[in-house]
Amino acid sequence: MSEAPPVISGKVYVVGDNIDTDQIIPAQYLNLVPTIAEEYRQLGSYALIGLPDDYPPFIAEAEMGTAYPIVIAGRNFGCGSSREHAPIALGAAGVKAVVADSYARIFFRNAVATGELYPMEAEVRLVDLLQTGDEATLDIGAGTLTTAAGVTYDLKPIGDVAPVVSAGGIFAYARETGMISAT
Amino acid sequence: MSMTITEKILARAAGRDDVKPGDNIWVNADILLTHDVCGPGTIGVFKREFGEDAAVWSREGVVIIPDHYIFTKDVKAHRNIDILRDFVKAQDLPYYYDPGTSHYKGVCHVAMPQEGHVRPGEIIFGTDSHTCTHGALGAFATGIGNTDAGFVMGTGKLLIKVPETLRFTLNGQLPKGVVAKDIILRAIGDIGVDGATYCALEFDGDGIQHLSVEDRMTICNMAIEAGGKNGIIAADEVAMEYVRARTDKPFTPLASDPDCTVKEQRTYDLSTFVPCVAEPNLPDKYAEAGQREGVALTRAYIGSCTGGKISDFLMAAEILKDRKVSIDTFLVPATQEVAEGLMSEHIDGKSLVEIFADAGCLDIAPPSCAACLGGPLDTFGRAQTDEVVISTTNRNFIGRMGSKQAQIYLASPYTVAASAVTGHITDPRRFL
Ligand code: SF4
Repeated sequence: MSEAPPVISGKVYVVGDNIDTDQIIPAQYLNLVPTIAEEYRQLGSYALIGLPDDYPPFIAEAEMGTAYPIVIAGRNFGCGSSREHAPIALGAAGVKAVVADSYARIFFRNAVATGELYPMEAEVRLVDLLQTGDEATLDIGAGTLTTAAGVTYDLKPIGDVAPVVSAGGIFAYARETGMISAT
Repeated sequence: MSMTITEKILARAAGRDDVKPGDNIWVNADILLTHDVCGPGTIGVFKREFGEDAAVWSREGVVIIPDHYIFTKDVKAHRNIDILRDFVKAQDLPYYYDPGTSHYKGVCHVAMPQEGHVRPGEIIFGTDSHTCTHGALGAFATGIGNTDAGFVMGTGKLLIKVPETLRFTLNGQLPKGVVAKDIILRAIGDIGVDGATYCALEFDGDGIQHLSVEDRMTICNMAIEAGGKNGIIAADEVAMEYVRARTDKPFTPLASDPDCTVKEQRTYDLSTFVPCVAEPNLPDKYAEAGQREGVALTRAYIGSCTGGKISDFLMAAEILKDRKVSIDTFLVPATQEVAEGLMSEHIDGKSLVEIFADAGCLDIAPPSCAACLGGPLDTFGRAQTDEVVISTTNRNFIGRMGSKQAQIYLASPYTVAASAVTGHITDPRRFL
C-alpha cells in the first residue's frame, strides 16, 4: 500500500514567516466540510486567500486550482488554529508539498495525518533564495530541492513521522501496525 | 525515573511506567471534544474509516459543543449543526449542547470545565487549538485535526510524541490592575510565537495559588500562541474543589517530580509585571500598555474563550462603572452561564448588564465565538474594514477578526475597558 515518494516539478510560490491558518483558509470558509467532495474542491479554490493583498494571486481568477504545486515558506508555517481545512485547502488546490523553515505542530501533524501534502523542512532559508514563479524540482525521497539553474538544496530528513507518511496517513499506519483491524 | 506532570499523565495513559520526551506512544483518551466547525468533518472521517454504522469508542467520552457559527444566517453553518444533531441522535450521545435549546452553552473551552468534563490527570483531545485551555485543571489537553479526531472517535487512542517541557515558574503576586492575560502575553513575548513548538508549557511557582481557576484558564489557553502542544498547571486544592463541584467522576491528579528534567526553565517575579498589549499582527508583539497610549482605537471587544469569562466581565465592569465608553464596545459572554452571571453579579448594587448599558456599550450578544475568528459576514462584531480593535481574544493575525485591513491589539479585560473609555490604548491602573 505504501507508494514510492514522488518527484514534484513545477513553479514555486514563496511566502514569509508565521503564515497562520487564517491566512491559509480564512474562517468565513470554515462552514465548508472537507469530507464532502464538492466542498473539498471549494476549499481548494480559497487556499491562501487570506494572504495580504500585496502577494500575487495564488489561484488565477476563475480557476479552482493553483499553478504552483510547491509552496516555499519561512518559519512557523501553519501556526494558529487546528483547522484541518488548512492543509486540505492547499492539497485540494493542487499543492503537493510545502518546504518551510519550520512548522507549527498541528499543521505539520494534520498534513501527515491526512496525507494531503508533504511538509518538508529546509536546511537553509529558501524564502530568501527563491521567488514566486521560479521552476524547481522537489525529490521527496532524496530530500532535495533543485532549481531551474541546477542548484540543489538538501532538505531535512522527515524524521519520526516517516513511517506514518510512507504508510499514507494515520489510518493506514494503524492498520499496517495492527493497531486497528485491516478492513 | 523522575518525570514532569505532562510525562506522567502520558505514561499513565499509555499504560507505561515511564516515558521520555521524543517517545512516540499510543495513549488512551478520556475525552474527545469537537464543535460545529470541525465536528462534521471529524464525523465524515469517522464514517469513512469505520463505516456508516460504526459506534463511537465511548458515548461518555465524546463531548460536542457547537459554538463557532451559531447566530448567523449562513445556510451551511446551520447544515453543519444538523449533521451534529443527526450524529448525536444516531449514537445516543449524552454530552451534546444543542443551540436553540436550554442545553446550549456557548464557547466550548469555557463550557468544558463548567460542565465537569475537565478532570486532573486525564487526557483531552479536541478539534480546536485552544483545547490547551484545559491544562488549567491539571489535565493533558491538546488540539488535533479532523483526521486524528476521527481516529480517536473510533478507537479512543492516538499516537503522539511526548513533548519536552518549558517551565515558567511564577513567584509572588501581581500588582493591582495586572492580570493573567498580562502574564501570558509577556511569556509569549519572551519566547516568541514558535518558542514552545512541540513543547509542553508548564506553569508553577508560589504565584499560582493567587490565581483563580479562570485566571489559569486564560494562561493555558494561550500556550498554543507560543506553539505549545499543551499548557499545564498541576491541580492544587483550589482546582480540585472546582472540579469536585462539577463532577462526581473520580480522578487522580498528578504533579511534576521536583527533580524532573525540563528543556528550559524561566522564573518570573509577578510583582514586576505591567498591563500590556500584543500589537498587530502576532501575539508575541509585546508592548507595555503605558508605552502605546498614542494608538487611537475605533473598537473594543470583550469575549472569547480567553477573555469572555465572568471574571473577565467583572474586571471590565470595575472600570466601566460610572464611566462612558468613547468607541464601539462589543461584549460577547463565552457561555450561557457567563451571560446569566452578567445579570446576577453586582458591583455596588448595579448588575453588570446595567453597568455596561449605562457605560454605552453595544447590546450584549448571545454567547458564542462571534468575531473572535471573524466568521460569516453577518457575525456580531466582525471587523469589516480598517477598524483598529483592542480585544480580550487570543489572536491578532491578519484577518483574524474578519477584514485583512483591520488592526487588532490583544489585551486584558482591564486594559480593553480602560481603552474603550479613552479611545486609545490606556494603562488601566489610572482608573483603579
Ligand atoms: S472563542 Fe475564539 S479562540 Fe476560542 S474557541 Fe472560539 S474561535 Fe476559537
